[in-house]
Amino acid sequence: MKLGNMLRDALRALLHKPVTVRYLTRAGEMVSVPERYRGKIVYDKEACIGCLLCIRTCPSGVITTTEEKKVSFNISRCVFCAQCAEICPTDAIRLGSDFEIVTSEKEDLIVQ
Amino acid sequence: MTEKFDEVKEVKVDYTRLRVPLGPVHPALKEPISLTVTVRREEILDVVIRLGHVHRGIEALAETRNLIQTLYLVERICGICSHSHTTGFVQALEEIGEIELSDRSLHLRSLIFELERMQSHLFLIGIMAYEIGFDTLFMFTWYEREKILDLFEEITGNRIHHSMNTLGGVRWDLSPSFVEKVNCSLNKIEKSAKYIQEVFQDKTVEKRLCGVGVLDYDEARELCVVGPTARGSGVKVDIRKAYPYAAYSELKDDFSVVLRNTADAQARTQVRILELFESINLIRAILEKLPDGPIYKESVIKLMKKIPEGEATSLVEAPRGELLYFVRTNGKEGLWRLNVRTPTIPNVLGLKPMLIGSEIADIPVTVASIDPCMACANRITVVDQDKRETIVTDLKNLRNRGKKQ
Ligand code: SF4
Ligand code: SF4
Repeated sequence: MKLGNMLRDALRALLHKPVTVRYLTRAGEMVSVPERYRGKIVYDKEACIGCLLCIRTCPSGVITTTEEKKVSFNISRCVFCAQCAEICPTDAIRLGSDFEIVTSEKEDLIVQ
Repeated sequence: MTEKFDEVKEVKVDYTRLRVPLGPVHPALKEPISLTVTVRREEILDVVIRLGHVHRGIEALAETRNLIQTLYLVERICGICSHSHTTGFVQALEEIGEIELSDRSLHLRSLIFELERMQSHLFLIGIMAYEIGFDTLFMFTWYEREKILDLFEEITGNRIHHSMNTLGGVRWDLSPSFVEKVNCSLNKIEKSAKYIQEVFQDKTVEKRLCGVGVLDYDEARELCVVGPTARGSGVKVDIRKAYPYAAYSELKDDFSVVLRNTADAQARTQVRILELFESINLIRAILEKLPDGPIYKESVIKLMKKIPEGEATSLVEAPRGELLYFVRTNGKEGLWRLNVRTPTIPNVLGLKPMLIGSEIADIPVTVASIDPCMACANRITVVDQDKRETIVTDLKNLRNRGKKQ
């Protein structure tokens, strides 16, 4: 590497704007995620017909049945593979854009 | 009593040979591997390699699940080459179930494959820079890698575990706007790859890498090392050429196998850098040729039911080398046996000839230069040599054995 090149790179790095982004862009506003991003599950209870296909294909045992023949999701086990959303015949499951799911309450991680 | 302590005990220590334990937890080695190194001053005389600290029991776990669940399980064998693992697995299943794939899905599989190879190679090039103490270059390479991860996030929805493959095809399609984005990123990455190549030809970098960890051609052949480690020693092995899978039979002329003869850490790094350019060429060719058509067949549940009892082996060229899958299905949506031979298993054997004769300070660089993935390479086989029998044991049994010792 020649000295000139090194100087040029150092100067460029100084003037370059940072490559990192702020985590919260504005108060309450999250960093944007792409359209296909797989985040926290959004479940449409009305649309669900209780076919239980999602339970059969879920790789990590997230989904359990409820008394009213619907399903409930325990997100703390979810690996966000979207297989359940793909298999659901009525599109009752969707993987949303919410990725901030850290919480101190276990109940917050149950989607019904 | 005091007399006894006054005695001076003469202990004879042979200072010409010392045994130094390295790892399993060691700041210079990123993954748990235990090396017991015998040294004379700085020179390494012998190495004993021990694996097995991160055994996860994935093969046994797979036998308790159905095929679709296993697909996501095998993806988690490795974070860096997750697409290679799922491709290996579904290819075997598709062979058993005689499922024909559309051309478009095969091309998309290859596309993700090459993007993955690029991010994996950039990852390792960064690690090499870090191991020789060149942190600026490490940051620079990983910044470039980030661009590929962003592409993955846009195309498949996840940065690391893309879940691109499914039985009978792929899960996400590539729209024209994505094609544009991929092309745009490729141009940027190509420029930076040239820069990285230039920096790796710098004198200081060369001094640190040339002649380190030499594994000559004959030894490489004998130990059956695979991937860039073999190609760095001049052994021409590449599954993409030898046994084309996915869309590689159509893309044969769009890439060449990169070979280097110096057989040291520098050669292996060079192979990886040059393969970046090969991958860029391949992706451009794929985007140009991308045929129209459906990307998957029918619902995975239906396909899973159709898969009969049978067995198949499939080979893919993962970023680290040849990856072999042996799958035996039971005809009831499950598996009798899954066997995975990851590239690190043969490559780790090459460490011994590489390390013997070199210096202690070169251990981290040499270990890193084979791009090891220890968690992928941990296996258990209990062989009783006296009785000449193999014992099948369950997890509980193993745990109890561990407690006793
Ligand atoms: S995203 Fe995957 S792991 Fe999560 S609930 Fe759906 S199928 Fe299960
Ligand atoms: S697959 Fe869809 S419709 Fe069937 S049980 Fe699950 S959520 Fe309900």
